[in-house]
Amino acid sequence: MDNVILSQRLREAFPQALTSMSEFRGELQVVLPREHLVAVAQFLRDTPELRYVYLENLCGVDYLGREPRFEVVYHLLSLSNRHRVCLKVGVPEADPTVPTLTVLWPTANWQEREAYDMFGIIFRNHPSLERILMPEDWEGHPQRKDVPLGYEEVAFTFNQDAIYAQKHFVRE
Amino acid sequence: MTTLTVPSPREITEPARSGNKETMVLNMGPHHPSTHGVLRLVLELDGEVVVNVAPDVGYLHTGIEKTMESKTYQKAVVLTDRTDYLAPLSNNLSYVLAVEKLLDCEIPVRVQTIRVLLTELTRIGSHLVWLGTHALDLAAMSVFLYAFREREEILDIFELVSGARMMTSYFRVGGLAYDLTDDFLPTVKHFLDHMSDHIDEYEDLLTRNPLWLERSVDVAPISAEDAIAYGLSGANLRACGVNLDMRKLIPYSGYETYDFDVPIGKNGDNYDRYLVRIAEMRQSLRIAQQAHQRLVDMGPGPYVTADRKIVPPPKHEITHSMESLIHHFKLWTEGFKVPRGDAYVGIESPRGILGTYLVSDGGPKPYRVHFRAPSFINLQALPHMARGRLVADLVALIASLDPVLGEVDR
Repeated sequence: MDNVILSQRLREAFPQALTSMSEFRGELQVVLPREHLVAVAQFLRDTPELRYVYLENLCGVDYLGREPRFEVVYHLLSLSNRHRVCLKVGVPEADPTVPTLTVLWPTANWQEREAYDMFGIIFRNHPSLERILMPEDWEGHPQRKDVPLGYEEVAFTFNQDAIYAQKHFVRE
Repeated sequence: MTTLTVPSPREITEPARSGNKETMVLNMGPHHPSTHGVLRLVLELDGEVVVNVAPDVGYLHTGIEKTMESKTYQKAVVLTDRTDYLAPLSNNLSYVLAVEKLLDCEIPVRVQTIRVLLTELTRIGSHLVWLGTHALDLAAMSVFLYAFREREEILDIFELVSGARMMTSYFRVGGLAYDLTDDFLPTVKHFLDHMSDHIDEYEDLLTRNPLWLERSVDVAPISAEDAIAYGLSGANLRACGVNLDMRKLIPYSGYETYDFDVPIGKNGDNYDRYLVRIAEMRQSLRIAQQAHQRLVDMGPGPYVTADRKIVPPPKHEITHSMESLIHHFKLWTEGFKVPRGDAYVGIESPRGILGTYLVSDGGPKPYRVHFRAPSFINLQALPHMARGRLVADLVALIASLDPVLGEVDR
């Protein structure tokens, strides 16, 4: 299996659905609209000679200033063909939803939770879309590009009152 | 439609709060010696049997991916050490390979050989910590002491090349941080010569030990299909009989030129995971021996790429040429620029497939770095494997899955 054969197979199976296909550094990258994500992923997973059975990676990216602003990136691995393919789904800021892949791969569960936690991308029909790495009462989504790097000021005796005055746990 | 699930803590605590359940909910961790870090498990227990368990992670989240976006490509290497702190060189390698893939630069064979040698030593060192702590959890104290005795030698080798025992940052984009020292090859040779005997020692203590067998054979098995669905990787997946090793599947750093086997288990239980990892240490020794021999044959050579867009000019040029000095200054203040695009590299770390997804906007800093952390993903299978088992088996299972919480939370 190589990129040429795979892109042909995808084009035959989904003549209308795919936005673009390109090769970069030997890796096939398929951009597709979110409506078709589950169908394409299922096709890749279940077609006998493709067998991209392993969801290797799932993550969000924030392209601030670009439309659509977010992107969810999936890397699927075929063990029998020793080949990897990258799927990309654009997610607009106004409606940041993507269908979940947990129906196909339970491994998507935590990775989607992480993408939700970090970017605020909502995975529709995810069984438990909660924060995973950040505290549950955290406001905002830290890996978005418009969130600045936070700095925690070290509390010494001379400045601890000023620092603790801004902390939630002191007020509670 | 899949029936495999990963419960969240809320799914266990909320029904319990409503009070119409016969089971007991127990918090294990985050500060518990057998969770190997700050892992919190919410257990739903029926007597001593685990009905359900929900791992709760994030206690060690330090925003490494976010922080890396504000560092230049070369400076961000330092942060990769801190994810999987038992295998810093594997992390270095995964990240560095991703940047080099975007740069599309040529890496000298000698550098690749040194990288292979050191990552295989990392694998042995990491498996030694796993072996020691796993045995310690099952009350076999002496294995821990022996394993750490040998690990110390590996850390000494790391110290020899990089100056640091654990946070090595030795692999840099375009090559290595420094050249090897003169006593590196003899020290490695001494270690490689006697390590095989030490693995025999560990096996004498455990492999046919009736107590060990009772605690690990048929404990927490997982089928190959379920393991793939859960995205397990590394020894945890290979113990189920799936031959997935990135060094063979999609080779990098010249692994295709080395002669080694991929150990495969059958039942996917704790004992098979143990056997696979022990066999992996022997295979790593084999690879390291071949790499060592190649380095001896190769003699001295370059330790960085010849591409001056990435690495600064050598010292003797800097002291003689103004242009070289400026060049050096520019590289260390501004950094090199990486072509626009995104790339993914997956390597076989001691814990499984360690992937780096890197997006570049054409500037000197990474636009987005994402680590496909094997521990994070392996841990999802824990509830599936632990249900219906005793609490004591759960302790053994955590150790057997070998998560490193620094990598889980990043």
